[in-house]
Amino acid sequence: MEVITPQAVDTLIRLLASDGYEVVGPTRRDGAIVYDRVHGLDDLPAGWTDEHAPGHYRLRERDDAALFGYVVGPHSWKKYLFPPQETLFRLTRQADGSFTTEPGESDAPPRAFIGMRSCELAAIGVQDRVFLGQAVQDRGYAARRRDVFMVAAHCAEPGGTCFCASMDTGPRARGGFDLALTEVIDATQHFLVAEAGSDAGRAMLDRLKPRPATDAEQAAAERVWAEAPEKMGRQMPADAREVLNRAFEHPHWEETAERCLSCSNCTLVCPTCFCSQVEEVPDLEGQRTERVRRWDSCFNQEHSHLVGGAHRDSVAARYRQWITHKLATWHDQFGTSGCVGCGRCITWCPVGIDITEEVTAVRRDPEGRA
Amino acid sequence: MNELLAILEDQPFFADMEPEHRRLLAACAAKNGYPAGTRLMRDHEPAETFWLIREGQVALESPLREGCVTFQTLGPGDILGWSWLLPPYRASYDARALTDLHTLRFDAGVLREHMEADPAFGYMLMKHFSALIVQRLQAARLQALDIYSHGGPGHGT
Amino acid sequence: MAPETLQPRADSALPEQAMAPQPWRIHSVRPDVASNEVFSWTLYPEPGVEPGPPPAPGQFNMLYLFGVGEVPISVSAITADGGIVHTTRAVGSVTRTMQDLGPGAVVGLRGPFGTAWPVEQARGRDLVLVAGGIGLAPLRPVIHAALERRDDFGHVVVCYGARSPGDMIFRDELEAWGARDDLDLRITVDRGTAAWRGDVGVVTQLIDRGGFDRRNTLAMVCGPEVMMRFAASSLERRGLKPEDIFVSMERNMRCAVGFCGHCQIGAHFVCRDGPVFPYPVMEPAFRIREL
Repeated sequence: MEVITPQAVDTLIRLLASDGYEVVGPTRRDGAIVYDRVHGLDDLPAGWTDEHAPGHYRLRERDDAALFGYVVGPHSWKKYLFPPQETLFRLTRQADGSFTTEPGESDAPPRAFIGMRSCELAAIGVQDRVFLGQAVQDRGYAARRRDVFMVAAHCAEPGGTCFCASMDTGPRARGGFDLALTEVIDATQHFLVAEAGSDAGRAMLDRLKPRPATDAEQAAAERVWAEAPEKMGRQMPADAREVLNRAFEHPHWEETAERCLSCSNCTLVCPTCFCSQVEEVPDLEGQRTERVRRWDSCFNQEHSHLVGGAHRDSVAARYRQWITHKLATWHDQFGTSGCVGCGRCITWCPVGIDITEEVTAVRRDPEGRA
Repeated sequence: MNELLAILEDQPFFADMEPEHRRLLAACAAKNGYPAGTRLMRDHEPAETFWLIREGQVALESPLREGCVTFQTLGPGDILGWSWLLPPYRASYDARALTDLHTLRFDAGVLREHMEADPAFGYMLMKHFSALIVQRLQAARLQALDIYSHGGPGHGT
Repeated sequence: MAPETLQPRADSALPEQAMAPQPWRIHSVRPDVASNEVFSWTLYPEPGVEPGPPPAPGQFNMLYLFGVGEVPISVSAITADGGIVHTTRAVGSVTRTMQDLGPGAVVGLRGPFGTAWPVEQARGRDLVLVAGGIGLAPLRPVIHAALERRDDFGHVVVCYGARSPGDMIFRDELEAWGARDDLDLRITVDRGTAAWRGDVGVVTQLIDRGGFDRRNTLAMVCGPEVMMRFAASSLERRGLKPEDIFVSMERNMRCAVGFCGHCQIGAHFVCRDGPVFPYPVMEPAFRIREL
């Protein structure tokens, strides 16, 4: 293992930028830690952390200057790989009534992601199976995905709504990154243990002039990995898939529907939710038009539109669809759970509906007698 | 008699009955035919008969002031008439031959006596007719739903 | 287990054209009912367009109107010279606009998508087709295929239910099929008219009349969901095994390739895993509300 200084993270950002990457990473804005362009160390949320509870998120100052000492914010890297809005095609009317179709430009520069959590790497693996793993690959996703340089930051601060340990997706990233960092900070020391996960990552790490880790430094990093799972506030029952596959007609969903606002916050913050709709956006002359794809949500009534009305008309049916898809039918579709245990849907639910508690409640009372 | 038995064995409504029960039914049946236009049943008239339609088509009609409305047609293999099973033993619609008909005509009055005397036979026949009535009821519900008014497969917005 | 990340592949199994509407020209338009609420287009690709593989019976295309939007429409026939016939009912904003287009207009088309009716699996067996309303359209290519290779099948029974005689589609063809002695066409309407000489009642009663070998029959059912459910029960009552019954489902199909998430029924994407499913696979969808 090798060690770099916090200042080397600044070098990393600048080297990536000079290599042509648009570097995005965590930064503090509007009372949250969000992902946006970062130009150097000063843009990172040094000394800040975030509190997570159902329906609750607050930034709080740390008593140290940790760079990656927070949990996760409302954003995920999804917004870069599968943007909230994207022009799929531009079509132009021809004189003979026909039309031509051009792909919407994928003008995105190659990007470097700084500070990816293990759950977020897992989420990319999940969305890869949707957009790269089926018969058709999504052109835009493939183009953006191909060029990403991934810098993971092993999670040292799982929060109150986290449950990646029970999903087996973290908190320590096991692969998929180019470079992974473990931040060690206490009263006497502040350094990062670095691992390369690819040739590109190895080459970049060499440019950061790391030095070999001492036994004590290695032990300190291992302590971070060992302690992190203990800080996790929640746990998903291991048999969630089986529980939900038996619970389609469970009366519990009616109770959940009494609280659920069907606001779609959970699907917007979810790093794996992939539903989208395509809108036709014509110009005023009717000569040009665009096919624009936007995020959609299974909580919207129009999502299940059919002649004669929405198929999933009730909120109960829509909540059941979301949770059952996420934790059960996703396995059948893509060979993996659709949930990575990041806890965002719990934190950002305005009424604090807790996906782990929902599964637990149905599991506790399989027949719905209580 | 053997000919009637052979006919019953071939018909789904009778095929799964005990041979003994089929013989009893055959004993109450007779082959007959009706020319097109014959009214086999009339709303509210005593119901002492049911038919197995072997060939031809029958319209079940409700008499309204404006004329008769056909709500269902029956064809080969169908059973016509179940009002003989339950009091007041009166037809609840008209049945009119749309084409020339070949039928087996069953004497329901005699069958009712057999059913009373032999509960096993009675239960068997009641079960068969209940299934038939349920089928007709479900069909009537489907018709009432007007199911074809909304879209159809492969058709979006 | 965290799923490993994937790398984009060099090639997709389906070409890029699967996502982009290709220009096809309307060669002819045919009203299928007097009101023109149901109409059929025969489409040919514009010069330079590389058409996809010929649609198999039961598959659908995404039809696109410039400046308006896109809808999934099943293929109701293919012509010998590469034309595709689509039969549409004008029920929504896109399909109502489609209603106004005439021969010569250019529309977008991408496809074909989805699963096909298991015509090969019916070889050597009796074939029962049960269609309700416009559900006859996705089954028509099966009838064409069966008549083309009539000797490959045993009895071919077509049960068709419509709301009223005036709502029946493909009238000329129905007449021609009815005149054949190698096809058992049974038609019923929910509501007759004074002039109607045919059957009145629901389509399931046509199944109840039998005329096929319960041990060696394959059934294909297409129509409103409630009708398919009752038809499947009738077929089971006639002795068919559930796995010998196939249904075609309708959901909100938008992308046609499993990206957009709208058409899910349980674990299934109707666009990708359907629209044609074995009945046992869809049985929960008929049973569980709002699945």
